[in-house]
Amino acid sequence: MTTISNGGNGIRYDLQLVASWIPQGARVLGLGCGDGALLHYLKTRKNAVCTGIDIDEGCVARCIQRGLTVLQGDINEEVRDYPDDAFDFVILAQTLQQIYDPAPLIREMLRISRQSVVSFPNFSHWRVRLMLALTGHAPVTPQLPYQWHDTPNIRVITLSDFRRYARQVGFRILKEVGIDTDRRDRSGRIVRFSPDLFATYGLFLIAKETS
Amino acid sequence: MSEYIQHDQQGSSVGRVEKRTYTFARPPAAMRLECGATLGPVTLAYETCGRLNEDRTNAILILHALSGDAHVAGTYTDSDDKPGWWDFMVGPGKGIDTDRHFVICTNILGSCMGSTGPASIDPTTGKPYGLSFPVVTIADMVDAQKQLMDHLGVHRLHAVIGGSVGGMQALEWSVRYPDRVESAVLLATTTRHSALAIAFNEVARQAIMADPKWNGGDYHNGEKPDLGLAVARMIGHITYLSDESMRLKFGRRLQDKADFSFNFDADFQVESYLRHQGRKFVDRFDANAFLYITKAADYFDLERQYGDGSAVAAFSGARARFLVLSFTSDWLYPTYQSRTMVKAMKKNGLNVSFCEIEAQWGHDAFLLPSDRLSGIMKGFLDGDNDQ
Repeated sequence: MTTISNGGNGIRYDLQLVASWIPQGARVLGLGCGDGALLHYLKTRKNAVCTGIDIDEGCVARCIQRGLTVLQGDINEEVRDYPDDAFDFVILAQTLQQIYDPAPLIREMLRISRQSVVSFPNFSHWRVRLMLALTGHAPVTPQLPYQWHDTPNIRVITLSDFRRYARQVGFRILKEVGIDTDRRDRSGRIVRFSPDLFATYGLFLIAKETS
Repeated sequence: MSEYIQHDQQGSSVGRVEKRTYTFARPPAAMRLECGATLGPVTLAYETCGRLNEDRTNAILILHALSGDAHVAGTYTDSDDKPGWWDFMVGPGKGIDTDRHFVICTNILGSCMGSTGPASIDPTTGKPYGLSFPVVTIADMVDAQKQLMDHLGVHRLHAVIGGSVGGMQALEWSVRYPDRVESAVLLATTTRHSALAIAFNEVARQAIMADPKWNGGDYHNGEKPDLGLAVARMIGHITYLSDESMRLKFGRRLQDKADFSFNFDADFQVESYLRHQGRKFVDRFDANAFLYITKAADYFDLERQYGDGSAVAAFSGARARFLVLSFTSDWLYPTYQSRTMVKAMKKNGLNVSFCEIEAQWGHDAFLLPSDRLSGIMKGFLDGDNDQ
């Protein structure tokens, strides 16, 4: 098992893993980039050419203040303006569960990139299953900390659901990793044994179907 | 734009600045204008702060809005308590950091704050140009600025920065002279005026031209069309504010009275405010210059000029890194107009950042001190600004 601690680089464990998939100098688009932690890391450590999109003014302002290229807007709309293959990678980190209509977004991501990274909290984690089975309440976990009525996470996705979705929508999964992180998501480990049950998050590297 | 000149509470000032002039295009080498006419000699008033580095790579050109001037920051004398119009933004350690950058601001061609305009003396007649002054465009203003940059030895600008009509000049620079512009900051601006914006300008111009003292633009020997110009300014001020800012600032409050006067004096505070702004403006601004500059703004159409009607085509020659900022309550140049240019830049693969800043103060928000605005500016100009 690989355990990476937070160390000095200050970004979330899942983002560290995502970053490890991005080669030096890549052109990267980060969707729902938040305060730009990952993009800043990729720009400074990987010399990546980064662009970010986020809907929140405060996040966008903070990103630009950090010297990042970031646009304020709705990711579902903004992706449409880019030419085909404008980026090497498009990253949708822990945002898929908040997307109303994921298929058009994923298709656009794959149109404008060679490969895309998608990550989301795994709804088939044993703790989630147990909570629903035993208490009868909608699960509330460190990864999904909201009540049913105030959650931005309108989609509940399991690793297995996403694999099936890939076949339905028509894209390839090039790489798949389940991870288990600590409560604050600062350090974690890759889950090799039964990730469907033991991974708190799933990370997928996806690409267009080859015709 | 209005005169929101305030002392910056935090940063330090650039200190003493000096207004300079540069005269060029002396006949027979007169400047050829977009309308086909020639003009010369041409004088531009300008001010600088900071120092040009040895490589000449740290120059920033700031473009002012409709009624602005070259006095962007600092003061003229030690006892001067009225700093330049963007003093909160420009200075040591500020959003546009004069410790790092050589800042130039010049009064636009066609204005009346030291640069050649309709109130200047026509050397062929010895009298003010008046309406014989040729109609100048945003492109002409930029061409004149380019002459000044050559004179100052600045061949490539680290940034061109402008709000409103200043933003139009920054856009024009980035498309007209792509090799000379490394980055451009466009605040509360547009690639072309909407019918609404043209309509307001036209009503303002009509107010001036309906004043009998305007006299076909020939008023320099007698009384000036102060009433017309004041009304024009009042209209402008309405467009610079917003429903929300006027509600907060004035509401329906009465000015120095408990009840209506039942006559046509200024009853409401908003009336009193507009009248005050109008009166103040006529002391410093020329009515004809107002006509010429608003016309230049109305004519400005980046899509038509450079893209055959297409915004995407218009930006195809641009190379600069862009920062586009709009303000939520700006109804003169609403956010959708900024988004149009951002979309066109994206389609051209240009490096562009965009933020719609929450602000209740309408179009004028870019002239008001804001930590967010200064922080964004500094991050964009100087790179990693993370603390």
